[in-house]
Amino acid sequence: MRALKTAILSAALALGIAGAAQAAEGVHIPKQSWPHAGIFGTIDKAAAQRGFQIYKEVCSACHSMHLAPIRTLAGIGFKEDELKGIAAGYEVHAGPNDAGEMFMRPGVPADRFPSPFPNDQAARAANGGALPPDLSLMAKARVGGEDYIYAFLTGFEEPPPDVHVMEGMNYNKVFPGHQVGMPNILQPDGVTFADGTKATVEQQAHDVATFLTFVAEPHLDARKQMGVKVILFLLVLAGLMYAVKRKMWSTLH
Amino acid sequence: MAQVQATKFKNPVVNWIDSRLPIFTMLDHEYNHYPMPRNVNYLWAFGAIAGIMLVIMIATGLFLAMQYSSHTSLAFDSVERIMRDVNYGWLIRYVHANGASMFFIAVYIHMFRGLYYGSYKAPREILWILGVLIFLVMMGTAFMGYVLPWGQMSFWGATVITNLFSAFPIVGDPIVTLLWGGFSVDNPTLNRFFALHFLLPFVLLGLVILHTAALHVCGSNNPLGIDPKGPQDTVPFNPYVTVKDGFAVVIFMIIFAVFVFFMPNYMGHPDNYIPANPLVTPAHIVPEWYFLPFYAMLRAIPDKLGGVLAMFGSIALLFFLPWLDRSKVRSCKFRPVYRQFFWILAIDALILGYAGSQPAEGSWLIIARIGTFYYFFHFLVLLPVLGKLERPRPLPNSISESVLKGGGAIAAGAHAKPMEKA
Repeated sequence: MRALKTAILSAALALGIAGAAQAAEGVHIPKQSWPHAGIFGTIDKAAAQRGFQIYKEVCSACHSMHLAPIRTLAGIGFKEDELKGIAAGYEVHAGPNDAGEMFMRPGVPADRFPSPFPNDQAARAANGGALPPDLSLMAKARVGGEDYIYAFLTGFEEPPPDVHVMEGMNYNKVFPGHQVGMPNILQPDGVTFADGTKATVEQQAHDVATFLTFVAEPHLDARKQMGVKVILFLLVLAGLMYAVKRKMWSTLH
Repeated sequence: MAQVQATKFKNPVVNWIDSRLPIFTMLDHEYNHYPMPRNVNYLWAFGAIAGIMLVIMIATGLFLAMQYSSHTSLAFDSVERIMRDVNYGWLIRYVHANGASMFFIAVYIHMFRGLYYGSYKAPREILWILGVLIFLVMMGTAFMGYVLPWGQMSFWGATVITNLFSAFPIVGDPIVTLLWGGFSVDNPTLNRFFALHFLLPFVLLGLVILHTAALHVCGSNNPLGIDPKGPQDTVPFNPYVTVKDGFAVVIFMIIFAVFVFFMPNYMGHPDNYIPANPLVTPAHIVPEWYFLPFYAMLRAIPDKLGGVLAMFGSIALLFFLPWLDRSKVRSCKFRPVYRQFFWILAIDALILGYAGSQPAEGSWLIIARIGTFYYFFHFLVLLPVLGKLERPRPLPNSISESVLKGGGAIAAGAHAKPMEKA
């Protein structure tokens, strides 16, 4: 069993160091409970669909999500005709056609989500100099992941009296430096959910964070399901190997 | 002309080949009958584990390379395409990314095992030196691999590390220009790093073959650090050690799988999911965890050239370890004083690793300086002095006597000579 001890020790060591590397920065981000957390956790599809609605109606006015094709949404339960409908709702820049001209056409599920601005400069110009980051990987690109997204979206508040917020900036308690170009965008009942869920700010933040977790990691459910099978297989194999080893070495002692 | 040798294989095809190219005899000799000291513990499995990790890295890397684009405008998106659209691309990439960390874990355990049991001492000096070379090439490969996704940490890590070479007088700047292929980290840098990242694993493979060849000349060390005296002290590699290593490999794979499937980004940095941007510097540039102790040493010295020399020197002095350690006794089991310093060194390495992850200021900087000093003190002062002053405990007469309390059964098929001194 010494191998096990060594292995656990080494894993703990790696964890400790990696954890240390990440703990080095930023504000404390409170942990939320997520249905997709843990070994058997899967994406809450209803929440992710509500999150998509918020992305579409609110976030996408400023934020791109250009790495994800629209068909990715099949992973949170949209059927093929629904996907076609969603895609057709977007105008996509295409071409050139036979006349050599670029044109706009309705989207298809294979298209990626169109960006609200043609380039970063246009995005900055329209947002007071601030660049709204792309959301494709937001849940993996911040320390704290989906917890950070939730904390950020619910973290807008009145600045403390001794803090001077610059022109065009807003105070957020978890954003590094606390001053952010993005306004407090989520309002109670700012969206109306088709499934009747009450659209509180917390609910919306939760749903958007769930959706962005899915977009950043579309194969999350498949990954965990495969992981359970792989580890069960390896555990059985380890048991067999150990039994064979014991039997074989017993003749030596 | 020499006569074709008659060989012992039943299969006539195997026999025909073997009498012309004796690869089967070689494999039979080196892997079936290779005598392993019967007292080796599970720490001896990490060589095999590291070898398997190298194969896994080459296999997954090959499939990643089929989908990856080494251009600054495409690299980040092509990695995301692998993650999203390539069949099981997420699996291949997460195995490769976490595999690098697991490879380092295996190699670090393997190295500290060598330190603890004196596996670098005569006659295994060249074996050890080849191991240090493997470690160096591995570090280069890992560093260049981390640059390829072209995220923020890729770009800024590459900038920091390549700039180190500019510390050297006269040759420094030309070296940096050569590494970059221009005057900043840019597309030519990414392209050559990709080419080198593909090449170096095969250099590693060659070094591993030499490492194994050197091992099979001297034979494996063991926890007692004394040479086997006869077949009663050894077991044939196959099946005894194959099955034991096999079990250890499976346990290691379970831990590997936990990372790949349930915490695949734990050992990475979130900033590397942000595309590289030469105009925005991350708040803290940190390398991958396996470089942190060396990064701490680099930053501990207030002078740039001094820091670079300390970092490279910390590895370079490992080449001289067989001659720095003056003690003839290999295993820590019989070196009560050195054993304590071994553990202090291990803790020192961990502390340096943590210090490397922290901003280089305040108390962590002071701790990094003490840790760096102690690291060199251990190898350059303690080891030579201890070899002279320490009074080792008496060594047992033989492995079988010590392990089995009066000799044991000779393993079936154990007819090989105890030491294969060619």
